[in-house]
Amino acid sequence: MSKLLLIAFEPIDAESGAPFAQRLGLPFAILFVTGSAVTDLGAASCLEAGLAEVPPADGIAKGLASIAGGFTHIAAVSSMRSKDVLARLAGLLDAAMVTDVIAVNSPTSFNRPIIAGAVIATVEVLASPVVLTVRPAGFGQPLRGGASIVSPISMDVASKVTVSGKTARGGSRPDLTQAKIIISGGRPLKDAETFERVMGGFADQVGGAVGATRAAVDSGIAPNELQVGQTGKIVAPDLYIAAGISGSTQHMAGIKDSKIIVAINKDPDAPIFEFADYGLVADLFDAVPAIQAKLKE
Amino acid sequence: MKILVPIKRVVDPYAKVKPLGDGSGIDTGGMQFAINPFDEIAVEEAVRLREKDPAVEITVVSIGAGECEEQLRKALAMGADKALLVETSEVYDSPSVAAELAALALELSPDLILMGKQATDDDCNQVGQMLAARLDWPQATFASKVEIVPGGLRVTRETDTGEETFELPLPAVVTADLRLNEPRYIALPGIIKARSKPLDRRPPLTEPRLRTKTVAYSAPPARAAGRKVASVDELVAALRERGAL
Ligand SMILES: Cc1cc2nc3c(=O)[nH]c(=O)nc-3n(C[C@H](O)[C@H](O)[C@H](O)COP(=O)(O)OP(=O)(O)OC[C@H]3O[C@@H](n4cnc5c(N)ncnc54)[C@H](O)[C@@H]3O)c2cc1C
Ligand SMILES: Nc1ncnc2c1ncn2[C@@H]1O[C@H](COP(=O)(O)O)[C@@H](O)[C@H]1O
Repeated sequence: MSKLLLIAFEPIDAESGAPFAQRLGLPFAILFVTGSAVTDLGAASCLEAGLAEVPPADGIAKGLASIAGGFTHIAAVSSMRSKDVLARLAGLLDAAMVTDVIAVNSPTSFNRPIIAGAVIATVEVLASPVVLTVRPAGFGQPLRGGASIVSPISMDVASKVTVSGKTARGGSRPDLTQAKIIISGGRPLKDAETFERVMGGFADQVGGAVGATRAAVDSGIAPNELQVGQTGKIVAPDLYIAAGISGSTQHMAGIKDSKIIVAINKDPDAPIFEFADYGLVADLFDAVPAIQAKLKE
Repeated sequence: MKILVPIKRVVDPYAKVKPLGDGSGIDTGGMQFAINPFDEIAVEEAVRLREKDPAVEITVVSIGAGECEEQLRKALAMGADKALLVETSEVYDSPSVAAELAALALELSPDLILMGKQATDDDCNQVGQMLAARLDWPQATFASKVEIVPGGLRVTRETDTGEETFELPLPAVVTADLRLNEPRYIALPGIIKARSKPLDRRPPLTEPRLRTKTVAYSAPPARAAGRKVASVDELVAALRERGAL
């Protein structure tokens, strides 16, 4: 019988992934790799691995493979981590894999964007099990209720890799993939200090997250984890304000699911104006402080 | 040290690509093809490692049709020592590519497989990890820095929240992210000069066994047209009206 294992590296992943699990319509279990189980998401059961942190991919994928038996579908919310670990898990299980699922046609047919979102591919799954990473934006909010049974599990997650350093620049701002408002900047933000002052200041005023283009990240204006786009984070806020961003296909691939896109660009012909719900032709260094002042009125 | 760099021929990442009218494929008519940008970064990194250590030997390999020769020649011009074209007209999915690369790795026994994190045509981000799993080698995906150190490799990799540093024993699989390096520019004469380097064509060692199949290609839903606003006041008013601010 078909059954889904939803993998939550952190408890929040279970909440983001549950709407997909509910949409797929198969009975499902949620495995909480770290943290405590969230029990009202409609899962038949919750498994708690109780790890303090997620080990390197070779270790955790081996652990996951040891408990994946019996599941026809294994899924996690799309992220750099899930792509790292689940593709390795698919390799271990000799499974089919579909990355970045945006829609479910049936338990063996999924839609996913390809070529920086220029095309939507319909992918038929020909083998079992299938490993999936899922973009939550298309699946709405989870239906909540009930209380799943929780059981502890142990897995062997020994890795050949030693982690010798880690920087997590968390901070107080919301996570990009969860944020309701994102203030995003590109190349003209000049340097890290200017980016933080102009974009960071605006984001803090509206309780938003900060995003950036590859051009901004490559030139050291913004840290890598803020990159939005084809090869960065995929975001879906209610409001995305893009300041000094030209609107490359690769950047737009990451923001298409935003409810409202605002573009501030001094070039009236910038491609981003083709996608923006509201476009303001202006110098961002004038417009951003003016918006902030107006909001204080 | 032997480095194997798998490279994929992809449609020009800056081209505007559309599905064919009947949904049976992608319209690449008249478009240029290139080395997948992440694979070009992987080739560049291998060449830089060789510049530090002349004992490094670099083989590039591509699985695909005869035209992949163009991309392999470019990789040779960048500094790779030899190229393999695994010639096939069949469709491969990621597990099939990983299986073929794993068979090649057993034959060539590289110390390091350095490859792209993702192909910009299928955007799968799968093959490196599947290959590492098949070989039971450790992996470091999304690499932004690679150093050879006593006992193996030190790799800085990008994560969802920042960066981390891995110490890996060899053999290992490393996948390149954008910030690993900026590939050198190779002008046409350089590509012609590299013509004397060996490029072997060979049949695949494995049969592709498809676990997924793309059955239709469609255009994404278009966003409704927006409008320009004349001033900051108008913008803020519009956003307030929609309850966005
Ligand atoms: C394989 C690959 C993957 C990629 N992945 C990504 C990705 O994930 N994310 C991503 O973002 N990019 C990605 N890119 C890069 C992408 O192609 C673009 O180069 C990049 O998005 C451009 O960033 P930008 O808009 O900041 O810079 P630019 O294109 O240089 O645009 C800057 C804009 O700012 C405007 N401007 C200048 N000064 C001002 C001012 N004072 N006020 C207002 N406006 C001003 C200009 O008119 C211009 O439109 C990728 C590229 C490749 C090849
Ligand atoms: N046909 C191929 N030939 C050689 N290498 C490939 C091929 N397809 C994928 N790869 C490698 O696998 C990486 C990841 O591809 P993908 O999983 O398809 O996004 C690419 O960056 C290449 O290094």
